[in-house]
Amino acid sequence: MARNNSRPLSPHLTIWKWGPHMAISILHRITGNGLATVGVMGVVWWLMAAATGPDAYATFIKCATSPIGYLVMIGISWFFFQHMMSGIRHWVLDMGAGYELHTNKTWSLVIPVLSTLATIALWATIFAGKI
Amino acid sequence: MGNGTGIGRVRGLGSARHGAGHWLTHRYTSVSNLLLVLWLVFNLATLPGLDYESVRNWIANPLVAVPLMLMLVSVFWHLRLGMQVMLEDYVHDKGLNFFSILLLNFYTIAGAAAGIFAIAKIAFEGAAS
Repeated sequence: MARNNSRPLSPHLTIWKWGPHMAISILHRITGNGLATVGVMGVVWWLMAAATGPDAYATFIKCATSPIGYLVMIGISWFFFQHMMSGIRHWVLDMGAGYELHTNKTWSLVIPVLSTLATIALWATIFAGKI
Repeated sequence: MGNGTGIGRVRGLGSARHGAGHWLTHRYTSVSNLLLVLWLVFNLATLPGLDYESVRNWIANPLVAVPLMLMLVSVFWHLRLGMQVMLEDYVHDKGLNFFSILLLNFYTIAGAAAGIFAIAKIAFEGAAS
């Protein structure tokens, strides 16, 4: 690229001390891309299986209810809640609010806790209702 | 890319004037995602069963099929915008970046088409017999 090597670059990730705000920021990207690939393909597979017929659906259910299937589904549901709540945080930040150091740190720490609780609540509901 | 005039050095590197539209559409689809995906999660958790018949009967209802299709449009649109930003940040080679965004477009349209077709097929066939 046409970068002039005599000009300084702004300091990047490597020189900063890691904090919750950095962790939640990269988690937003990781969870978003996880949902965009594994999560979405899972939903499309489910719909295609239901549209194809009982045999295809049985194959889907067999994979989804295997130990790996549950691990993926529980992981993806945590990804969803994490991305959702972190996305709501981004709406607030987009409005120019919540940048104070203490506020920013607090919400960065609270959101993973909330998303974990939401995941537990979801799976408790599913397991209590269906098994 | 020229190295003579000032305009020659910056051409192709700057804003294509699509940034604000991309950013806003990403936010719009985040609002619709919030509503529609929460609706799906709530229904998956409260449906009487997730077996073939229950799921077919559920999707065959127009008041389910339509929001489910809208959810796929919203989710695939949102993920296309988000993954494009990720690719622009991490895939530095210009040709490879172009190619990966091409694949992203194929992935988005094929995935959304498959999902919407599946919903339509179930809805038009009616509930499982």
